[in-house]
Amino acid sequence: MAQRKSLTVNGRSVTIDIDDPEMPLLYALRDNLALKGPRFGCGLGQCGACTVHVDGKAVRSCVTPLSSINARQKVITLEGLGTPQRPHPVQKAFIELQAAQCGYCINGMIMESAALLTTNKKPSDADIKNALANNLCRCGTHVRIVAAVKRAAGAA
Amino acid sequence: MNIIPSRRDMLKGGGALVVSFSLAPLADAQAQGAAGAKPVVLTEVDSFLAIDARGTVTVYSGKVDLGTGTDTALRQIAAEELDVALSKINLVTGDTTLTPDQGKTWGSLTIQVAGVQIRNAAATARGALLDEAAKRLNVKREDLKVADGVVSAGNKRVSYAQLIGGKTFALKLDHTKPAQAKDPATHTVVGRPVPRVDIPDKVTGRFTYIQDFRVPGMLHGRVVRPPAIGATLEGVDEASVKDVPGLVKVVREGNFLGVVAQSEWGAISAARKLKATWSKWEGLPEQSKLYEYVRATKVFKEEVTGNVGDTAAAMAADGVRKLAATYDFAIHTHGSIGPSCAVAEFKDGKLTSWSASQATHDLRARLAAMFGLPADNVRCIYLEGSGCYGRNGHEDAAADAALLAKAVGRPVRVQWSRADEHGWDPKGPPTLIDLRAAMDADGTITGWESEFFIPQQTAGRFWVPLTSATLAGLPQGDDIAPGNVFQNSAIPYKFANVKTVCHRLETTPFRPSWIRTPGRLQNTYANECFIDELAAAAKADPIDFRLKYIDPADKRGIEVLNRLKALAKWQTGPSPQPGGASGPLAKGRGVAYVKYELVRTYVGIVADVEVDRNSGVIKVTHIYLTHDCGQIINPDGLRNQIDGNMLQTISRTLIEELKFDRSMVTSLDWASYPILTFPDIPEITVELINQPNAPPWGAGEPSASVVPSAISNAVFNATGVRLRSIPYTPGKVKAAMGGA
Repeated sequence: MAQRKSLTVNGRSVTIDIDDPEMPLLYALRDNLALKGPRFGCGLGQCGACTVHVDGKAVRSCVTPLSSINARQKVITLEGLGTPQRPHPVQKAFIELQAAQCGYCINGMIMESAALLTTNKKPSDADIKNALANNLCRCGTHVRIVAAVKRAAGAA
Repeated sequence: MNIIPSRRDMLKGGGALVVSFSLAPLADAQAQGAAGAKPVVLTEVDSFLAIDARGTVTVYSGKVDLGTGTDTALRQIAAEELDVALSKINLVTGDTTLTPDQGKTWGSLTIQVAGVQIRNAAATARGALLDEAAKRLNVKREDLKVADGVVSAGNKRVSYAQLIGGKTFALKLDHTKPAQAKDPATHTVVGRPVPRVDIPDKVTGRFTYIQDFRVPGMLHGRVVRPPAIGATLEGVDEASVKDVPGLVKVVREGNFLGVVAQSEWGAISAARKLKATWSKWEGLPEQSKLYEYVRATKVFKEEVTGNVGDTAAAMAADGVRKLAATYDFAIHTHGSIGPSCAVAEFKDGKLTSWSASQATHDLRARLAAMFGLPADNVRCIYLEGSGCYGRNGHEDAAADAALLAKAVGRPVRVQWSRADEHGWDPKGPPTLIDLRAAMDADGTITGWESEFFIPQQTAGRFWVPLTSATLAGLPQGDDIAPGNVFQNSAIPYKFANVKTVCHRLETTPFRPSWIRTPGRLQNTYANECFIDELAAAAKADPIDFRLKYIDPADKRGIEVLNRLKALAKWQTGPSPQPGGASGPLAKGRGVAYVKYELVRTYVGIVADVEVDRNSGVIKVTHIYLTHDCGQIINPDGLRNQIDGNMLQTISRTLIEELKFDRSMVTSLDWASYPILTFPDIPEITVELINQPNAPPWGAGEPSASVVPSAISNAVFNATGVRLRSIPYTPGKVKAAMGGA
């Protein structure tokens, strides 16, 4: 049953063994590639914790079957966005403003915001809130998250 | 094996203090713990602190960081007291072999209890280190200075590493008689907005949550819960999953059902495909009659939490105006964004459990009982999970993982689904509150009576039954544990006659547990709404009305309210607004106050709201908050926590309500249990009142407790309509306004 699947993740070409081409991308990233940025939150595309970029667009990896992704498409995860030493401007702003509590949702917040800033360089508060309207945070970090995205927009 | 001191250096300290350093090297912390060498009792410095040969300090805390930043704050406390750079402080938390049992991480007690204990250990250690340094350097102790772990007097210097590095302190601690801590005026780390240690890794995907944790040879498990809470498993068709690649085993024990597979997706696929037949069960009350059910539930015992004067006489007195109201507060789920997860391994008759348990020491006892093991053969290790806000499913997942690991003889990771978490985490119980008051002709309150219908709490312990043990029929007891939900049923106001009674109910529809601010939230909600009702009836300003009845000796409470007036630019006057607002959008503001558990943290709040008369939608536009939790350890962490309390509790107040039918929870995802989202967040303005010379108190919960009443009172201020049933959904708002 095992099949090989090639992907391009964080700039690297990788090939993984899978049993089911309908397995969501999230599990390939977390279990086959040992990435910790994209998180399992709902498996339903409702919360945004699993968000990654596919060709620059924010997508919910928990409801994206591997069969819909090909090796030419560029998958970027939170790890690929930046590192603690060289963070992406959005990551940098989140650190500066301490925009996390438990941090479980933060992957989605950053990936969604980074995608927003590629199309909207100077978003208003309302733009940011609308872009993040389908990303859930239970700790209540929203105020800082909006402020961090605004700061990143200023720095970008 | 034990670390055996090969030599003892006896040090004569101040007074009767005798210090012995054992010279055996500190082994790797985990290996050392496995050998049982490190003390974990609360009465030894070595339980809390170790300093290695490089001068790195390891702090051991039984209380864990649930996403609130306490890992950083506890480090600050230790760094401050020892005068060691923050970067040289390691922290080990929630490991039954290594960390002292400082109680569950709950009730806003991490800083207040664990932090103060760690401070005491550090102050005691520092005292001994200075004594030893004075001896070695041949100077007076009072002439010594400490900077970054180096003790010096003039040109003479010796480091902590040289003094103690790799050896144990062997010093006793008495937390009732703490060692002299540093003068707060000299603090350079405590009280500062130190950046959190975990955030850089969390925002770059480097942090290891329990959901990321893996051990060699690990398999993946999923639970298959019954479709009705009390259903019996009648049959399992194992053939239904025989084609799932990598399936290892279908595990059935009593009504517990689970699957184990080589891969996570294999386990998910098997759990989805597995066909099982269950009996019918319809033991839940009708949701539409929930509060009739609560009111009719048999009372297990009565608790009188406040009793002053004679309220019956006050109520019956001639000429008094009597007021009465009933408030209710819905059943809530914790709603962690990451569903519960755990890993377990049985090896050589011993169980190791990795989980996000907020009480690993308690969990160890529970797992030991469940599997008939001596507690020494169970080790529970904490890894941070998604924010839990109380006892969510984390310990149930730990029990699930252990049950599956035992069944397959391999380490197993269990990840709950979203439906598992929404459906099976223990719930914040429904709360019903009756209030009555008597007011004389001058508008003075002469009597206050309240009755709280809340579940009982099994005496002496706070054990939420482990779901898989219940389902599998394994030993564990049948406790009811909502937490100390009686708290804040008594009031901070000095009326002449007061009686507050908790009817502790024999049962409640769902397995209860504590969710952020348990009981204090619901009780403060009713109390602070009702006092607003009384203020309105007395045509008094609601802040002044409260100030009139707060004990004049309670100066910190009075200051919180006075500062709140200034912060919110409060315009004195009775509610609702004179003349009333017209038009589709009604605007108003409401106030609330709490003295947490009547013994600690003070909070005052003003909420500004807009009520859309056409849609019934309430929007909170601005929160003003004054907050006194004593000595502040990390003001930025505190502000972050307060933000969280505001937004989460606005969500709970306006939106959240667990839905169910007679068999099961039906709000099993975020569509059916929505929470507050970005477009609806308010501005938040917070004034922290630091008390550097006071003890540090909790801040994890208190500010949440005032949110629902502030919103309710603001809606009344805007519309003249009093809302008394949480959540304040548009339907309820419209219905209430239709009757107004």
